[in-house]
Amino acid sequence: MTTESAVEPEQTVEKLDRVTIRFAGDSGDGMQLTGTQFTRTSAVFGNDIATLPDFPAEIRAPTGSLPGVSGFQLSFASSDILTPGDQPDALVAMNPAALKTNIGDLRPGGLVIVDEDEFTDSNLKKAAYISNPLEDGTLSKWQVARINITRQNELALEGLPLPAKQKFQSRNFYALGLVLWLYGRSMDTTVKWATDRFRRNPDVLDANLRAMRAGYHFGETTEIFHHRYEVPAAEVQPGTYRHISGNEATALGCLAASIRSGLPLVYSSYPITPASDVLHELSKFKAFGVKTIQAEDEIAAMGMTVGVAYGGQLALTGTSGPGLALKSEALNLAVMTELPLVVINVQRAGPSTGMPTKTEQSDLLQALFGRNGDSPVAVLAPATPSDCFIMAMEAFRLALKYMVPVILLSDGYLGNGSEPWRIPAIEDLPSIDHHYAKPVDDSRKFNPYERDPATLARPWAVPGQKGLMHRIGGIEKSGQTGDIAYDAGNHHRMTLARLGKVERMVQDVPPVEVTGPPEGDLLVLGWGSTYGAITSGCERARKAGKRVASAHLRYLNPLPANLGEVLRNYGKVLIPEMNTGQLSLIVRGKYLVDAVPFNKIAGQPFKIAEIEGKIDELLGLTGPFEFQFGPASVLGGG
Amino acid sequence: MTTAITGSPQGADEAIPVLTRKDFVSDQEVRWCPGCGDYAILAQMQKMLPELRIPHENIVFISGIGCSSRFPYYVETYGFHSIHGRALTLATGLKTSRPELAVFVITGDGDGLSIGGNHLLHAMRRNIDITVVLFNNQIYGLTKGQYSPTSEMGKITKSSPYGTVEEPLHPLRIALAAGATFVARSIDRDTKHLEETLYRAATHRGTSFVEVYQNCVIFNDGAFDSFADKEVRQERMVYLEHGQPVRFGRSREHGIRMNGYVPEVVRNAPGDGGLLVHDARDPNPVLAGILVEMRYPDFPVPIGVFRDVEAPTYNDLVEEQVANARAKEAADFEGLLRSGETWEVL
Repeated sequence: MTTESAVEPEQTVEKLDRVTIRFAGDSGDGMQLTGTQFTRTSAVFGNDIATLPDFPAEIRAPTGSLPGVSGFQLSFASSDILTPGDQPDALVAMNPAALKTNIGDLRPGGLVIVDEDEFTDSNLKKAAYISNPLEDGTLSKWQVARINITRQNELALEGLPLPAKQKFQSRNFYALGLVLWLYGRSMDTTVKWATDRFRRNPDVLDANLRAMRAGYHFGETTEIFHHRYEVPAAEVQPGTYRHISGNEATALGCLAASIRSGLPLVYSSYPITPASDVLHELSKFKAFGVKTIQAEDEIAAMGMTVGVAYGGQLALTGTSGPGLALKSEALNLAVMTELPLVVINVQRAGPSTGMPTKTEQSDLLQALFGRNGDSPVAVLAPATPSDCFIMAMEAFRLALKYMVPVILLSDGYLGNGSEPWRIPAIEDLPSIDHHYAKPVDDSRKFNPYERDPATLARPWAVPGQKGLMHRIGGIEKSGQTGDIAYDAGNHHRMTLARLGKVERMVQDVPPVEVTGPPEGDLLVLGWGSTYGAITSGCERARKAGKRVASAHLRYLNPLPANLGEVLRNYGKVLIPEMNTGQLSLIVRGKYLVDAVPFNKIAGQPFKIAEIEGKIDELLGLTGPFEFQFGPASVLGGG
Repeated sequence: MTTAITGSPQGADEAIPVLTRKDFVSDQEVRWCPGCGDYAILAQMQKMLPELRIPHENIVFISGIGCSSRFPYYVETYGFHSIHGRALTLATGLKTSRPELAVFVITGDGDGLSIGGNHLLHAMRRNIDITVVLFNNQIYGLTKGQYSPTSEMGKITKSSPYGTVEEPLHPLRIALAAGATFVARSIDRDTKHLEETLYRAATHRGTSFVEVYQNCVIFNDGAFDSFADKEVRQERMVYLEHGQPVRFGRSREHGIRMNGYVPEVVRNAPGDGGLLVHDARDPNPVLAGILVEMRYPDFPVPIGVFRDVEAPTYNDLVEEQVANARAKEAADFEGLLRSGETWEVL
């Protein structure tokens, strides 16, 4: 079942179904690495995992300052889990600033491990603590493990030919070792990883491994911890697994679309948080014939993508909200010229620059309507990090079949979040077809708008094809001849044809599935990255005997054919969204259903408890639900 | 599963039929104003295209918005009339994905230098192998007569009734600054020179940039008459020829020489000795830069090829990277999916 066995514990062992840990420290403390290594170890052990990395917007905020805190939260469980957890059970805080910004999220009675050596007067001042929280009773709600991580790490590394600063940087390995011990995990995975990662730097390797072992052995010998914890392996579908983040999955899904369609992929993009990782990934795939162009700006990236689509290849661009705004005019050109392409939008928080490193779902209406004129595009939204792989392929499949641009709405939470992914067999992937136009005898008789009766798609005639020379562009064209046309009836018909293609796509959209009773008191309807919180919240509600179901939309335009019927099977419909009610507006307008919006615009994902709380309100079990926004926490704080 | 990925829908290696000007005339009625300089450019382009001996279906014209940008409708090739300022971005995407195509961009002073100025810089610095023809009429025609980024200081137009208070951009100065490998200027009324310049631009590998002085008969008529009028042209324009002394005048009696780094006119220069010799192939753009700064009335206005140098093209380098990667690494998708740490659940 697993390749890694639990270490035999000596302390009393408490068995748990699920644990959520948060590692927090200065952005230079290597917390992302610590979190990632613990995640790998737990995955290899056989737990189900969900993670949420979170880093400050500043590349290097002042050391020890509150804005400089970086965090990584993971949840691991013996059953299927869908979110990185609401409240951590354990917090590792490498300095006072990390403690201050994160402690508010720790569940009462939870464990906080601090590096006591870092609680100096100057660091306390940087974190705006008036007195030392380790001394003044601030932490009385929690179990506090005060450990001299810095000093112990120093001792463990004594004699190594490394400067003091570099030795200090091994503290995260010390913390990792300690936490591995606490949860009965072996160090093997990290030893293996580090041996490869630091193979060119044996002193650093040695330092990190020594630090990790020191932390581990400290756990074993100290009496600070009365318990160790054990989270047994989960029942998961057999297969080969790996970790995958949403952005990686998106890149791989697009490559899969290239392989399945036989069309070379060209990705044009301008770097933007949190979408840049898609560019980084795709730029490695040259051996697969993938070309990437780092464009001079967002508009250029979109224009290049239109050019690639016109040339008959797999055309892809990616961005985040502000970039989509810049792309809108050139994207509209693809709508008008009916060219197949995909635009990835890894959404981030807020209007304008907003909060680039925080997540939100507030570009739904921009994706649907953010262009001049009646400008229909298909809009898809993956529900989980690994679902990005499937939906990226889906986006290309639909774009090519209907000759329509498709927007794929990911978000920062999906893009950076990761989960274990069962690697699919290539032959199980959907086939992706495309058809170039059939040549005619005389170019002058070719009509680029001669539509396929089933899909309304126009023929994809690409330069280099004989007998199909034609002119297209942003000006309205005659559906009969392809020439410029300003006549009233033609514009009316062409507008409806462009809309009709997206509407007909519904025949290729699977029905929305309901989790829970097929009818009942309440349906919770979501889209995109809220999947985990909504599904878990409804599951808990059902376990408590409530007649609540959930449904999740991965196709936002067109909406699944059965959605109207599903909505009418429940007394009430609740729509949680990380925006001010964009899907609610659509659902209310389209289906005349009195859906209740539930909106969180905090740059942070929903917590399961928040969904549960709102469900209780709607079922009349409690009063109005209110968000409890915590202190300025990096990760969960609401 | 398809493993071989190739972009071109059809091969282009069959014998290329001989084409004529007529083959490049589309069935569309040309709708420029009577007397517009655009007609001459269209005619010379249609005359030049058959000489390229490129498969007809491999030629693509892409434009932005403006009077000049109607051009693709009138040429019987593949054509894309895009949006304001963005023709170069479409061309870059198309040429990068389909390097076997011959891509022409038709733009104007507003489209190419104002709304689309950024793309012009980046196309030229990349040296992507396309031909850019910028129709410079120093006015906005399609929007009916506002000043353009190349209008002279003080120009009175509909949007500047008191005269403009901005200096114009000089397109060739921009091209040289951005590292363009082929920089030329021609003029609508000298059809022979125009056709020859277009041909040289089209056959150059890399970004070719041609500024064409083009008369807008409605909103800026006679903008170039002071030096390009038939009566005065010989005296007030200088035709640049690579490797030749820079001479002008009815019987090429005048010349240009350098005084330090400043050019000066030598009237009735007896011999070529001491005259500036044009070198379009000089990798250093300084000489071209000096010629670009020569303006009437202090100097004759130079037309011809200012710069024509070899450099690797963006599209070739992209192809090379892909080819090298393919030679070194297997395109193993299953392996890629399994890269990094994996674990088995039985």
